[in-house]
Amino acid sequence: MIRVRNLVKTFGSFTAVNDVTFDVAEGEIFAFLGPNGAGKTTTFKMLTTLLKPTSGEIELDGLNPQTHQNQARQRFGIVFQDPSLDGDLTAWENMEIHGVLYHVQHKIRRQRSEELLKLFELWDRRNDQVKKFSGGMKRRLEIARGFLHTPKILFLDEPTLGLDPQSRDQLWTHVKSVNESERVTVFLTTHYMDAADRVAHRIGVIDRGKLVTQGTPKAIKEQTGTNTLEEAFLKLTGSTIRDESANAADQMRQFAKMWSGGRR
Amino acid sequence: MSAIYILWLRELKRYTRSRAQIVASLGQPMLYLLVLGFGLGPVFKRAGNGDYFQFIAPGVIGMSVLFSSIFSGLGLLWDRQFGFLKETLVAPVSRMQIMIGRTLGGATVACIQGLSVLVICLLAGFRPAHFSAIPLALGFMVLIAILFAALGMAIGSGLQDMQGFQLIMNFLVMPVYFLSGAMFPLNDAKSVLKYITRADPLSYGIDGMRNVLGASNSAFDPRLDFIVLVIVGAIFLVFGAYRFSKIEI
Repeated sequence: MIRVRNLVKTFGSFTAVNDVTFDVAEGEIFAFLGPNGAGKTTTFKMLTTLLKPTSGEIELDGLNPQTHQNQARQRFGIVFQDPSLDGDLTAWENMEIHGVLYHVQHKIRRQRSEELLKLFELWDRRNDQVKKFSGGMKRRLEIARGFLHTPKILFLDEPTLGLDPQSRDQLWTHVKSVNESERVTVFLTTHYMDAADRVAHRIGVIDRGKLVTQGTPKAIKEQTGTNTLEEAFLKLTGSTIRDESANAADQMRQFAKMWSGGRR
Repeated sequence: MSAIYILWLRELKRYTRSRAQIVASLGQPMLYLLVLGFGLGPVFKRAGNGDYFQFIAPGVIGMSVLFSSIFSGLGLLWDRQFGFLKETLVAPVSRMQIMIGRTLGGATVACIQGLSVLVICLLAGFRPAHFSAIPLALGFMVLIAILFAALGMAIGSGLQDMQGFQLIMNFLVMPVYFLSGAMFPLNDAKSVLKYITRADPLSYGIDGMRNVLGASNSAFDPRLDFIVLVIVGAIFLVFGAYRFSKIEI
């Protein structure tokens, strides 16, 4: 379903993604793990047509996302690391906009929106503005929205960031259940190793732009001779801490939080 | 087409939902209208230029359309920070449609704003030459709104943070307003000021409204106003669409 060959992305003299090759089969849940700044998000952006690779090949469901951008986009749903909902609109309206942008027919749109909002336990709050939602509810709405146009691939970029254990648990349960019921291929990144161990069929570990290893969680643990995925991960990527500097978006969010009393 | 429509509708919904914003954005033009209109009125009359209130009303309408339309474009900054922009950019629709939907939405909101200020002007004592002139004045509002919404989109596409926003406010929006002849007659402007005011597209928009509403002291031919607005508006639309197509997340 996803086929990546010798993918490279450089920014000036810095190589963010260096010769990465992997495959994800249909119906599989693939977890892409790595420390901060390892190249996860850059790979993610290239897979979702937001960035052009410097070299290498990507195929999504047999399509090159660069030359068949819109067809490729029609086939995947994305949940970004940071929220991408319109807080002034209601949950229902956010679903509506998404459905229209992805050319989902009116009748199917209404029916599926209802099903998904019920599945993700948001139906009762459908007419509330999203800015009144809790972090977990927003995440659930984003995932529900990602499923609206029946994607073949679901991309999840750290979907549990900032969620409490209850919401995390619920979210992974939902992801697993839709993966099973709709045969959706899932490509996810996360920092929670136990979650990756629990939901992913296969795992790829990236560090400093290079794919260090890939395989089932069990195989990776055996390969490194460790008991948990967390230990395996530390063994593979070392225990030095990587720092990322805050970008303009983070600063701005901080600023907005100050003004809106943390409601956004 | 439906993508353009839904994004247009989104702008309208956001506008009608933020009552605080509506009140705030009507407050500023009213301040100019009432304080300057009644405050400077006697001086203006003594200088032999007629009724200042009649003169400034189109200027204040133009101001509210300008602010509202340019801010709609800068709203891109918020959508970028709060992520909704990404949601639209990865959707299987062309950037062109997204840009058009947003621009038309912003322009529509700006026109509603302009019409509300016009109603306030009428209540406060402004009298157009004839009431049939109001649709023509609305036509000029639409042109101003599209022109500046497109410009706002072009600038908003490159904005990354709040500091940039302040810069635009102080060095673009306010000068465009003050140099547009919204508050003083352009035909009396001398030397450098004269050329600067003629380079400001808003001058033609406000002058056009003055012409059709029959307010005193219009400076140009209404046909010239119309042509300049259409040409500059078209250029800004192309420029805005180009800049929007270059956005990288």
